[in-house]
Amino acid sequence: MADLRTDFIGIKSPNPFWLASAPPTDKEYNVVRAFKAGWGGVVWKTLGEDPAVVNVNGPRYGAIHGKDRQLIGLNNIELITDRPLEINLQEIKRVKRDWPDRALVVSLMVPCEEQNWIDILKRVEETEADGVELNFGCPHGMSERGMGSAVGQVPEYIEMVTRWVKKHSRMPCIVKLTPNITDVRKPARAAKEGGADAVSLINTINSIMGVDLDEMAPSPSVDGKGAHGGYCGPAVKPIALNMVAEIARDPETHGLPISGIGGVTEWKDAAEFMALGAGSVQVCTAAMTYGFKVVEDMIEGLSDWMDRKGYTSVDQFIGSAVPNVSDWQFLNLNYIAKAKIDQDLCIKCGRCHIACEDTSHQAITSMVNGERRFEVIDEECVGCNLCVNVCPVENCITMEPMAAGSIDPRTKKPVEKDYANWTTHPNNPMAVKDAAE
Amino acid sequence: MIANLPEIDMTQTKAGPDIAAGRLHQDAYAENFSDLHPLLETHEAQVEADRCYFCYDAPCMQACPTSIDIPQFIRQISTGNPDGSAKTIFEQNILGGMCARVCPTETLCEQVCVREVAEGKPVKIGQLQRYATDHYMSGHDETPFTRAASTGKKVAVVGAGPAGLSCAHRLAVHGHDVTLFDARDKAGGLNEYGIASYKSVDNFAAREVEFILTIGGIDLNTGMRLGDNLDLAELRATHDAVFLAIGLGGVNALGKDNESRGGVLNAVDYISDIRQADDLGRLPVGRHVVVIGGGMTAVDIAVQKKLLGAEDVTIVYRRDQDRMNASKFEQDLAQTSGVKILTNAQPHALSVEDGHISSIELERTTTGEDGSLQGTGEILSLRADMVFKAVGQTLVQDDLDASLSLEKGRIVVGADRRTNLGDVWAGGDCVLGGEDLTVTAVEDGKVAAESINAALSA
Repeated sequence: MADLRTDFIGIKSPNPFWLASAPPTDKEYNVVRAFKAGWGGVVWKTLGEDPAVVNVNGPRYGAIHGKDRQLIGLNNIELITDRPLEINLQEIKRVKRDWPDRALVVSLMVPCEEQNWIDILKRVEETEADGVELNFGCPHGMSERGMGSAVGQVPEYIEMVTRWVKKHSRMPCIVKLTPNITDVRKPARAAKEGGADAVSLINTINSIMGVDLDEMAPSPSVDGKGAHGGYCGPAVKPIALNMVAEIARDPETHGLPISGIGGVTEWKDAAEFMALGAGSVQVCTAAMTYGFKVVEDMIEGLSDWMDRKGYTSVDQFIGSAVPNVSDWQFLNLNYIAKAKIDQDLCIKCGRCHIACEDTSHQAITSMVNGERRFEVIDEECVGCNLCVNVCPVENCITMEPMAAGSIDPRTKKPVEKDYANWTTHPNNPMAVKDAAE
Repeated sequence: MIANLPEIDMTQTKAGPDIAAGRLHQDAYAENFSDLHPLLETHEAQVEADRCYFCYDAPCMQACPTSIDIPQFIRQISTGNPDGSAKTIFEQNILGGMCARVCPTETLCEQVCVREVAEGKPVKIGQLQRYATDHYMSGHDETPFTRAASTGKKVAVVGAGPAGLSCAHRLAVHGHDVTLFDARDKAGGLNEYGIASYKSVDNFAAREVEFILTIGGIDLNTGMRLGDNLDLAELRATHDAVFLAIGLGGVNALGKDNESRGGVLNAVDYISDIRQADDLGRLPVGRHVVVIGGGMTAVDIAVQKKLLGAEDVTIVYRRDQDRMNASKFEQDLAQTSGVKILTNAQPHALSVEDGHISSIELERTTTGEDGSLQGTGEILSLRADMVFKAVGQTLVQDDLDASLSLEKGRIVVGADRRTNLGDVWAGGDCVLGGEDLTVTAVEDGKVAAESINAALSA
């Protein structure tokens, strides 16, 4: 069995699966249950200053469901811990003492004054927790009070607070980033500049889950009114993957350890985050949907996959996909693929045809020699992959690359064997004219 | 699955037919004759609707005799718009509620569903159709159509079964004044008198008729029979057009001696009695029952006799089982209900004791290479307290105009369901080339109405 042990900025855990700072890590009872279930670590739900915040007493969560009530996306308006600081600290100390092999990181959020950070860091250090995570991410509630994402949206504040934390504490420091910005590289660079040991992302996304059309109010509503909440769960994974990759491949932050968060539901999601550079992953929605037991197959599935691939430790594939994340301008324009429909697998639903006919390139038949039959018209196919995505049968439609030297029936031109991209394309006014030299 | 089978009296020595009413406990009837396919719950319907791929030029739609836009109505269930879904159905088939219950979907829409082809599990189109139409009918008292301004044209529709109702409704929508006649006491035709009880519970046929009539402009007259108190020539003289949807009033005979003796019955009559019975426990039920025939009617009577407490019920069909007109689903239903299907056997003689049927002799058959049926001479005998004839129905021709063109005992119509008489259209079981299905009758009525409307608007 592959070795899943993880050393993330010096914080060791038996596996890379941590529970994110969120409701599942609000107190000793839950965290101990999580550790018993096998979770490698937790980021304790964000601590703030006393007096503790209060939460609404109506709905805190809303969801997007599939037709069979599969939970696709979740949002919340819960604030940071609403329990007294001292109780949390006592519990953290006890849990760390009882579970020394697990990662225990403490999430923090206090006002942007140096003394406030000095005070809380001192108390957290006494718990012997493994590190701190600075919550610059939560988009709801606390941001209205100048904390959470209000800090995460201003790189200068991130750098300033991170610097205080590193100055006043010996603990490893993870900066948790908000996705509610236009370019995630800027806050990541600021975190690094401030001395952060790592970043974690993404926190939740500003969202309204729906509108109750009878009440004419956002849903869920608290006494008829709703406020935007933080969106998470499987639906946000693509956004999170992109942001992780952006930081991993940015020359200024390349190599900065990343804890990947956002829709990790099964082992494969974790492997994908790790391939894009995450050294650990944090999970919340999957646990909130199914309970802590989900970690069992995360561990087993990742390990089995590593065995199949011949990886013996996680470092062997962390970041492996980063070099293949490119900019559009560098994609090979001489690579030509055509859709191909496997007629034995085709169930003749016709979705590929109508998608192509109505919305794309009119490159799929619906009738051949008077029979219902769906075939790709190579003369029209631009290789866009839409048919592959709308086909209900897996692997029925595949994208087949054309061999160099063959003639593309659409352009009537031979497929070039050499790589060429937009930067040198004749249609590009900014093209590098003498690329060969 | 059948509640409360009768105890078999091993010591019975009584001579004569063993026919009795109330073979079951009273509460067993309700259980045995409950809904064959209960209505889907909303969540079930949503999940099932989500299985539909919303196919392009969908095969199911092509297979539907009434061309219902099936992917569209299923999508409307999926989007939480069941009323819109029902409207999509009613647009093509105003008897969509009954068709959802009785259509042999396994040989129509569901047979060609791409999921049937791909994985052997079609989308449950019939049950989804029922979900939508039931939803609509429970929330609305009237059909979703508005009648056009009156045209002043008068159309007589003879027969208030599926074809007649469909035609009358469509004509009324177009603003024509319809006089709808039916020979029986209630409208509905086979929906009311012929469909097996477990396919149409809670008086659905009558409720559907009521729903259809809410369009207005349809004057229903029951107890009016062609050739009895209704005359085709007179109808033609007093109306701008006539639509004949008179069904098949006659029943084929076995052509054997003793056919008129006690215990030899027409299946359609008994099925009608079941449908109209206030108390199923009062119907006479033979202990040993033989049904002759291979169609839906044979299955309907056989299954219902079993459900009423008959000890053994045998369907006797003269050819191979795969030649039976009853669908595979119906055959399975018969067999899982405990009905025995005996194939390749035909009636030879009816034996009588004290003026009542006591057994039936059957001759084994084979099919020649030319498809012709031949008796083998081998005779077997089945004890029978009741023998049901379900060997087809016939058009009663005497009551029709002599100049009306008939062929093979049915009325000849064109693609527009017009007969050779310019002002007479016909549809349903009485016309040539039909499939004797509720849904094809509905389509006949709809097509005829459009043709009549075009003719009257010209």
